[in-house]
Amino acid sequence: MAVDYRGRIPNNIDLSADRRLQRALEHWQPRFLNWWRELGPEGFQAADVYLRTATAVDARGWASFGYVRMPEYRWGVFLAEPEQDRTIGFGDEMGRPAWPEVPGEHRAALRRLIVTQGDTEPASVEQQRRLGHSCPSLYDLRNLFQVNVEEGRHLWAMVYLLHAHFGRDGREEAEELLYRHSGDPDNPRILTTFNEPIDDWLSFFMFTYFTDRDGKYQLKSFAESAFDPLARTCSFMLTEEAHHMFVGETGIGRIVRRTLEVMQALGTDDPDAVRAQGAIDLPTLQRYINFWFSSSLDLFGSETSSNAATYFAAGLKGRPDEATFEDHVCLDTSERIAVPDGGGGIAEEEVPTRNAMNEITRSLYVKDCAIGMTRWNRTIKRAGFDAELFLPSTRFRRTIGRWAGASVAPDGTPMADDLYRKRLPGWLPTEEDKAYIRSLMHAVTEPGKMAGWIAPPARGIDGKPVDYEYVKLH
Amino acid sequence: MIDNALIAYDREPEHYRHWSFAVEGAVATLTLRVDEEGGLRPGYRLKQNSYDLGVDIELNDALNRLRFEHPQVRAVIVTSGMERMFCAGANIYMLARSSHAAKVNFCRFTNETRNFMEDASRRSGIAFLAACNGTAAGGGYELALACDEIWLVDDRSSAVSLPEVPLLGVLPGTGGLTRITDKRRVRRDLADVFCTDPDGARGRRALEWGLVDRTAPPQRFQAAVKARAEELAARPGLPAGEPVALTPLDRQVEPDGYRYPNVRVRIDGARRLAEITVSGPAAPVAVERAAGWWPLAAARELEDAVLMLRTNHEQIGAWVLKTEGDPEALLALDALLAGGVETDCFLRETVAWWRRALARLDVTSRSLIALIEPGSCFAGPLLELALAADRSFMFLPLDEPEAAPRIALGALNRAGLETANGRTRLDCRFSGAVPEFQAASFGPEEALAAGLVTFAPDELDWDDEVRIALEERAALSPDALTGMEASLRFGGAETLATKIFGRLSAWQNWIFSRPNAVGEEGALKRFGSGAKPGFDWRRV
Repeated sequence: MAVDYRGRIPNNIDLSADRRLQRALEHWQPRFLNWWRELGPEGFQAADVYLRTATAVDARGWASFGYVRMPEYRWGVFLAEPEQDRTIGFGDEMGRPAWPEVPGEHRAALRRLIVTQGDTEPASVEQQRRLGHSCPSLYDLRNLFQVNVEEGRHLWAMVYLLHAHFGRDGREEAEELLYRHSGDPDNPRILTTFNEPIDDWLSFFMFTYFTDRDGKYQLKSFAESAFDPLARTCSFMLTEEAHHMFVGETGIGRIVRRTLEVMQALGTDDPDAVRAQGAIDLPTLQRYINFWFSSSLDLFGSETSSNAATYFAAGLKGRPDEATFEDHVCLDTSERIAVPDGGGGIAEEEVPTRNAMNEITRSLYVKDCAIGMTRWNRTIKRAGFDAELFLPSTRFRRTIGRWAGASVAPDGTPMADDLYRKRLPGWLPTEEDKAYIRSLMHAVTEPGKMAGWIAPPARGIDGKPVDYEYVKLH
Repeated sequence: MIDNALIAYDREPEHYRHWSFAVEGAVATLTLRVDEEGGLRPGYRLKQNSYDLGVDIELNDALNRLRFEHPQVRAVIVTSGMERMFCAGANIYMLARSSHAAKVNFCRFTNETRNFMEDASRRSGIAFLAACNGTAAGGGYELALACDEIWLVDDRSSAVSLPEVPLLGVLPGTGGLTRITDKRRVRRDLADVFCTDPDGARGRRALEWGLVDRTAPPQRFQAAVKARAEELAARPGLPAGEPVALTPLDRQVEPDGYRYPNVRVRIDGARRLAEITVSGPAAPVAVERAAGWWPLAAARELEDAVLMLRTNHEQIGAWVLKTEGDPEALLALDALLAGGVETDCFLRETVAWWRRALARLDVTSRSLIALIEPGSCFAGPLLELALAADRSFMFLPLDEPEAAPRIALGALNRAGLETANGRTRLDCRFSGAVPEFQAASFGPEEALAAGLVTFAPDELDWDDEVRIALEERAALSPDALTGMEASLRFGGAETLATKIFGRLSAWQNWIFSRPNAVGEEGALKRFGSGAKPGFDWRRV
């Protein structure tokens, strides 16, 4: 079904036929807009931004680009096309018809999952709200805003589910999603990571590469859900999420390219020399990777989880691309996971597959994260340097799960606690690193111009040139 | 005979793994930060501030120490050292792998600890304030319910909940169901909604429904809780007196039992009997403010013996209660203690320890038989042993009437050593109609006539009567005995405590033995495995 842009709320769910839901969402809409004005991107609400908007939920539906002021963006409710006679693809009820409504039995669990997912969407907009003031180019500024409006759209997607399927509780939860604020000590966002502000663009690219990728894997798991509206909502969200990964991967890739240009011109990889030229040296990049990768790993939860087992069994949350697995029931199977052996080393432990779902998803995520590394390292090699960027060990700097608090170096070596504590600050962005990165953050707003620490993109957006005026600042 | 993997209940604060306490003026803060790896038994991890028996043993110890070692404390903040999690309740994996008896013993002890918190509030004026700085789920919320006031952080995420029914297929059995209606007066239909929603209630709703007393945003929470605790601590009360150190308990494990300075336990495995003998004071009666003073030492030792036997000797179905010493000395102590309850913190707390130790006896699922023999001292606090017993036998000598044992009533028998339901054992014994006794001291025949003992066999019959009674007892169904004894011990109207130890515990214990909870497909067995419980849908 095509997206209906005639009503106040664009949608492809025939909203006008459901007066109750329509009224509920129309009631919520002004609150959302207030929230956007207060906590959305700071200072650019009147700018015309070259954004894409969905016109249909198939691949061609994304072709619609145009200038729009962000508060006038057509946020709405879009679900992937329904699959005829869809059946449940995993768990105890595998093979039975998917649920068009929430079964009472799973109401509380689904509500909890949707609220936790939904809470991250506005949180990231809030975290990134000041970034616009230090954009490295208009092209990047536009990408930031595209990410922001889509996170806002994802909030709509979750709020739609709450309103449509969870009654009064759902409406209350939808309100709460706007009341909690990232970094507000009295009303924090649910997940701790989403309460840290993202004040520089290197962190932003790291966030979109690593943290949004966690979001991608969560959405992939939900896209398998027996609760059909959730599955369809998340399937469509994934198409939007892909752009965020793109921003992260190309962002870091362009920084690497710029750094290599400077290194080649200087004929050295000496970090101080690189910094003297206003570029970001590779060891600093590595420290940011160490930080963001390790904190994103925690978002998947503990290696063994009773909640994950219950969600899988009940059909609420599957594995990403569930169809690619052979066994979709996993009742009597087990997985071997790495756990601390108590003496500083690694032991293997056999755990029931259902309890290991977080770890299975995390492993897929780690593989996905490695792809960018390979690409960037190839660029480094081609430029004639033998430095390498790498993903730290999944046991490094964990605060959740079996490895929480373990003293493990980025290369996976177990260490003595004292030594680890002494060396840890050197593996993460130091105060000096952060001050240096901050010193680079100055807005570049002339079309086609780039900040000195990042290379221009290979091509522009929607076939437009790189020097296109992606944001009209007036 | 004695298993080398005994579970013991004595702790030292420097070795706590889960709780810590800090005292500032008249306010103490008890902070729960459970060591995940610190389970009492292997095989489960205490995630999310969940607890097992070991965690509660430390809490019990901390509460005792506050009362003696920090007598100036008038308000206690109970809080968590974890972010966003106050306490997730009893550890489910621990419960799922525990035997039925271990589960019941665990629940009994945790119930006692919570009751003792309420006792400390009611009788010693120590206010308890639950500072739920994160989610309080299941037993975590029940711990909060045992406090006088519940504060919940309003961060729009933290909740109080009793998710046992929807998640585990069992009951919130540590007083939760009873306290929300009877203590907090939450309306029963709202309680029904609350107890079936696994996510419970957050700030506003929790307050509206009366599930908590106050909420505060995270930034103001600590200061607000502290200010309130200071306020509670400033209420008038007894002067504190000097602290008394609770020195380590001197328990010797012997081949056939336990030996303490004032209590001896002899276990006869073949006859499934334990003999507990309490020795009266040797020294003359005067207050000595130290852990070694007989009234305090004997109460601690008796309580420890009860706990050791209850936990580590499930097969020992009958306990024979004996005493030895001078009844006059006991009566003098009784007068001294009773006279000091209103004026002296140390004496008040010593009496409270007797009250607790005896209350543990009342809810012990063992047959209690008191043997009152020549040389015994069932007087004042020790007479309560005979009154707590299911039956008592008093020795009647044939030729030398002066050799007859005597029992004696003191002030504490009439007030101060009440059972968990707030009534004296005399009151329970005579169903509320305690006779006007003509004397304070009774020989065997007088005691029998006054209804204070069950039988007074004479010298010739004594051995046989006692032997047969014990053998007869040992042959009866242990389950039926547990149910019968528990019913008869608490006559009269229900109270919060009798409902918790009776009604709630009985339902819980029934559920704990049902396939719907513990069968191969039971909810408790399957919890966390991802497999859905299979229920037998027939209502019983």
